[in-house]
Amino acid sequence: MNLDFSPEDLAFRDEVRAFIAQNYPEGLRERQEEGEEMSKEDFLSWHRTLANKGWVAPAWPEKYGGPGWTSVQRYIWSEETARADCVPILPFGINMVGPVIYTFGTPEQKERFLPPTLSGEIWWSQGYSEPGAGSDLASLKTKAERFTGDDSKEYYLVNGQKTWTTLAQHGDWIFCLVRTDPAAKIQEGISFLLIDMKSPGVTVRPIITLGGEHEVNEVWLENVKVPVENRIFDENKGWTCAKFLLAHERSGIAGVARSKRGIERIRQIAQAELSDDGDALIKDPMFKRKIAELEIDLAALEYTELRTLAGEAAGKGPGPESSVLKIKGTEIQQRITELALEAAGHYGAPYFRGFPKDGDNAHPIGPDFAHRAAPTYFNVRKTSIYGGSNEIQRNIIAKMVLGL
Amino acid sequence: MDFNFTEEQSMVRDTVASFLQDKYDFETRRKIVGSDSGWRADYWQAFAEELGILGASFSEELGGLGGGAIDNMIIMEEFGKALVIEPYLGTVVIGGGLMKHSGHASAASVIEGIVAGTTTIAFAYAEPQGRYTWSDLKTTAKKDGSGWILNGHKAVVVGAPFASHLIVTARTGGGQREASGVSVFLVDKTLPGVVTRDYPTVDGGRASEVYFENVSIPADALIGNEGGGLPLVEKVIDEATAASLAEGVGVLRKLHEGTLDYAKQRKQFGRAIADFQVLQHRMVDMFIELEQSVSMTYMATIKLDESDAERAKAVSAAKVRIGRALKFVGQNAIQIHGGMGMTDELAIGHYFKRGTIIEGLFGSVDHHLRRYEGLSFGAAA
Repeated sequence: MNLDFSPEDLAFRDEVRAFIAQNYPEGLRERQEEGEEMSKEDFLSWHRTLANKGWVAPAWPEKYGGPGWTSVQRYIWSEETARADCVPILPFGINMVGPVIYTFGTPEQKERFLPPTLSGEIWWSQGYSEPGAGSDLASLKTKAERFTGDDSKEYYLVNGQKTWTTLAQHGDWIFCLVRTDPAAKIQEGISFLLIDMKSPGVTVRPIITLGGEHEVNEVWLENVKVPVENRIFDENKGWTCAKFLLAHERSGIAGVARSKRGIERIRQIAQAELSDDGDALIKDPMFKRKIAELEIDLAALEYTELRTLAGEAAGKGPGPESSVLKIKGTEIQQRITELALEAAGHYGAPYFRGFPKDGDNAHPIGPDFAHRAAPTYFNVRKTSIYGGSNEIQRNIIAKMVLGL
Repeated sequence: MDFNFTEEQSMVRDTVASFLQDKYDFETRRKIVGSDSGWRADYWQAFAEELGILGASFSEELGGLGGGAIDNMIIMEEFGKALVIEPYLGTVVIGGGLMKHSGHASAASVIEGIVAGTTTIAFAYAEPQGRYTWSDLKTTAKKDGSGWILNGHKAVVVGAPFASHLIVTARTGGGQREASGVSVFLVDKTLPGVVTRDYPTVDGGRASEVYFENVSIPADALIGNEGGGLPLVEKVIDEATAASLAEGVGVLRKLHEGTLDYAKQRKQFGRAIADFQVLQHRMVDMFIELEQSVSMTYMATIKLDESDAERAKAVSAAKVRIGRALKFVGQNAIQIHGGMGMTDELAIGHYFKRGTIIEGLFGSVDHHLRRYEGLSFGAAA
């Protein structure tokens, strides 16, 4: 048992640092640090840079285009990209549907979808939640009925509504859970379909969230024609893919490296801001204590994640224990945003999104970090809700780990 | 980076676990607690000879098996599961640790006695006025020829009734709370003038108030530098804290497991109380506390050999996290057991009591949070 990096690992870390320093634009870094909203091009430019380097999908097997890194190298990678405020690689293609396709897909599906997923050519959206299917995901109602087309090929006719679809306004394709057998038990009549969002009958409508952002959407599917060969895995076996995907989604969700960076930033902010008695905020015993407790809780999370990774390296897949990482990871992310807002003081209140109307909103007042503090705090409340709410995670642990 | 145990380490765990399973069940422990001596000297000999674990954490040059802090962690966790009373922490982790780090001329021979089970040690570091400031000492050691004369009162010296020797912190110079002037001595408990008042502790152990009344000790009783003993004391207390947290993990495992078992069989409103979601989520939160405690114990133990500041930060962080876990898991274990949790009859309450004492051992959660802040914000605030 030890924590030492090998000389090879240290050399890898230097290589990663050098690559980021040379290839990650400073303008993007600043905006990411401030928590600004990112455009499609912001996300894609960094994605493409990494895709060209072969580093965009650290966890993928080499034969599908992964870099063949060890779990320690992946750990270093997430540390270094967070340290450098790199724009995150969106999870929908790389962490979610990609692994489903290479695990459950046919050779044709792998060949068709994996390369453009890696390159960023396909922007994936996730069609899971529905207005009536949130925590109770398996109760989803979007239906897919099979029919033979005029071209004598087999199709599904898809009707229903998906919601909370992140960044679907940029989406090229959406992977959906749909009901293919309404008579079966609820988890047994579900299939996993890939739908081209340019298909007739697909409509994306924005949902504006608490911070004023257009981050999520409703996706309406009205008589959308989907070729049967776009189904991943067997008909009515989609729940297997869904569960697999949720476990993968949770394994990266601890966000340890990002939270380390977040606390470091809170420390910087608290050096510059003043407390009631005119001293640096970081000398305020109450504020200092909150930072210390966050750091300690983050260390506990980090070492729990490292133990999980060691288990994975020893051949155990990401299991229900990853629910622990989701719960504690999201709680810490939320506490960090609370501290930023608290540090902003009066300047937590001004709101510049879309103001003034002429677009000259170079946030002229207050400290730089403050104008995004409240919107970010509001926005990050989502983390304990998405990916299976933290209450659902507790149900999973109760059932799968504690045998209750 | 590596989180696996070596084959030797796994063997140590298996050996200890199977001995305790056979010989240290709850009813046996109850008898030990209630006996005149309060411990099993024959078990201690078995630890030395039959199991060979008293040497597990010492290097081979010192007569040990070549292990280290990880072995202490493993053994203490198993001891926590069985609520073992025998003085491993005082003797091996603290006594052995101090001798090992001190470079004392007779370190090897003292450790030989520890490994053989003939030397047992209790750590007399606390004083009635000092709380968790290890340098706050009224006990004095005054030069007397080549030796020293020891005077003072040491508080709640855990395991002292079982000990052949005491490790004593005393002032050889400086003011009452000053960092310099602290010295450490190894004192034969049978020396004239060593007066003890023995008593049981709430968690089933034994301790003593120890009074030194003009005790004459030889020159070579001094361990480490005269007046410069505080860093050594801090290092060893950090090692002991990490080991006690591993014991805490053993206690937490039993609290969690016992509560799960109980909730599955206890029926109310026509079904097992484990079916109620409000209790399921509580038990999940207990599980999360346990898992994080395991992680923090690993972290603290692995970092014991880093720089003084890094070591202290890691141990205090672990203590904060695990101290809170012991309170949360212990209190909820009793709550979920309902009235049965309040009885002396069930083991669960005894784990709660031991956990409560571990929570405050070598400093409360608040003490360690303040210490962590001092180390983490030193330059900034």
